[in-house]
Amino acid sequence: MAAKIPDLTPQSRQLEEALLTVDRVGLVALFAECTKSYSPLQVFEQVIGPALTRIGDAWERGEVALSEVYMASRLCEELVDSVAWPANSVRGDLPPIGLAVFEDYHMLGKRIVYAFLRAAGLEVADYGRAVADEVFEKVRGDGVQILLLSTLMLRSALRVRDLRSRFDAEGLDVKIIVGGAPYRFDPQLWQEVGADAMGRNGPDAIACVEAVVQRL
Amino acid sequence: MTSDTLTPMQRTLATLGHREPDRVPVFLPLTLHGAKELGLSIEQYFAEPGNVVEGQLRLLTKYGHDCIYGFFFAGLELMAWGGGVMFFDDGPPNAAAPVIHRPEDILDLVPPEVAETPCLLDVLSAQRMLKSEVGDDVPIIGVVISPFSLPVMQMGFDHYLDLMLETPHLFERLMALNEEFCVAWANAQLEAGATAIVYFDPVASPTIVPRQRYLETGHPVAMRTLARISGPTAVHFASGRCMSIIGDVIDTGAAVIGASTLDDLSSVKDACRTKVAVLGNMDAIQMRHWSQEAAESTVKASIAAAGKGGGFILSDIHGEIPWQVPDEVLVDIVSAAKRWGRYPLDWAH
Ligand code: B12
Repeated sequence: MAAKIPDLTPQSRQLEEALLTVDRVGLVALFAECTKSYSPLQVFEQVIGPALTRIGDAWERGEVALSEVYMASRLCEELVDSVAWPANSVRGDLPPIGLAVFEDYHMLGKRIVYAFLRAAGLEVADYGRAVADEVFEKVRGDGVQILLLSTLMLRSALRVRDLRSRFDAEGLDVKIIVGGAPYRFDPQLWQEVGADAMGRNGPDAIACVEAVVQRL
Repeated sequence: MTSDTLTPMQRTLATLGHREPDRVPVFLPLTLHGAKELGLSIEQYFAEPGNVVEGQLRLLTKYGHDCIYGFFFAGLELMAWGGGVMFFDDGPPNAAAPVIHRPEDILDLVPPEVAETPCLLDVLSAQRMLKSEVGDDVPIIGVVISPFSLPVMQMGFDHYLDLMLETPHLFERLMALNEEFCVAWANAQLEAGATAIVYFDPVASPTIVPRQRYLETGHPVAMRTLARISGPTAVHFASGRCMSIIGDVIDTGAAVIGASTLDDLSSVKDACRTKVAVLGNMDAIQMRHWSQEAAESTVKASIAAAGKGGGFILSDIHGEIPWQVPDEVLVDIVSAAKRWGRYPLDWAH
């Protein structure tokens, strides 16, 4: 008999409220209650994930600010780190995933994206800031099949094209997901540089991973 | 097409006075293109103020737009505070490592003296030479990074947000230090020949902090700082949204506000009309692949949305045209602005 999927929407709404008001006490209590009754994956997918998605979407509409998105992602990171998750709580169905700030010196976008991915139960190798050669070596060494790149400057965004050519020349099937301000302002740019997907914000990163994994 | 009857300065002053000049002024905030004109690398170009003077004058002649841009790059202010920058062949220099490593470092921080900081003196020297070249005919635009936005480079964005949200007393202390520096730096540029100062304050944008937080932090900083800058100022959000804080920006006494494509330009203009002029709103990232038709239709749309009644300067949304934007696109923009920006704008409804 299939287990009935519990409706955790009210908890997720409460979590969202606590994240936006930076109510740490309320947050910890709510989280403790959730993890007592539900599995880690259920908490990821039905409580934390939807709350962060709504916050990310509200940023897109100009209704919340980046400082709030950042705080929410940071608080979720703290929550996720505060418990020893059983090994089966991460998504085991995904190939190796890597994440880097590409060519730039701006870590905040990547930090937010990383927190979103982890809060969704995804295991991701964080390569910090890296230039093309470093990214290439990491990807090859770790067998990464999904690579997320964050850029802030247009010149860095354009350089993804060189990395793509290099993967192609070496016959590496790596799906590249890009994000960051230049791609947000120029919606065709991701295709121009040969990326496989573009995400506008943290929640999008998760959706993009789900989408490209189908194409591997 | 009738030719221009006013100088760029007369045109700009009329529009800032909320009157219709001969045509809509067009400002191309070009920094890196000067290096291209001189056949120098971007690093070589900024190493010598004379290069920037030559570059700006050539760009003025080549494009026939309405300003001189006396701005080098934002990371220069970090250099003034003891940090470094990284140069690239095909894009603006970027700030390297932060200079504030722990919040407590703020207690020992001392603002740089403008008169003793070589990189700032280079900018002043360029502006002085430019002023002697163009006199009162062309406005020279100076730039400061606001005290509220500078800490992103001084300490890293995440650490700065942590400071703002969690350590108010050190945040206030940093603002006081940055305000002193910002006022001195802005006034030195005005003395050197800058006509107006762009106050880059993207962290104040509702894209980055909520309005309520801005009212408690960046807004009082802007009120205090702009009051002490002895010339006209433009508050610019570097392509962040501004709609919900326009009234607050007007309170700072700014003469101009920079608009983004993330806001509806005609609504921005309605909120600003007769109180503060609008600068914008062409997307410089997309500009890279504009055809002549795309340049013309974007220029027309901006002018139609915000040109009537004066109080509008056609420009980009960020305050810098990327290196990758081809010269022909810039020519097309100015020629469309001269064609469609001629007052009265009878064609625009
Ligand atoms: C605040 C700001 C500043 C501040 C602070 C900048 C900083 N971080 O160092 C100041 C005033 C100092 C500044 C200066 C400059 N800036 Co500025 N700035 C901005 C602004 C308004 C916001 C940038 C920001 O930090 N946002 C917050 C971060 C977290 O957002 P984000 O990186 O976009 O990430 C979000 C999403 O994009 C997404 N995301 C990010 N990565 C990824 C990855 C994946 C895989 C996915 C799925 C999603 C994703 O999720 C994140 C959270 O939602 C942008 C315009 C804008 N509206 O975005 C311009 C912008 C970044 N600046 C720009 C430039 C050029 C500069 C300067 C080089 C100008 C100059 N000539 O000096 C300097 C460089 C400063 C430096 N560090 O050396 C350009 C860059 C593009 C270009 N033209 O090349 C921009 C985009 C403006 C524009 N429209 O052109 N800037």
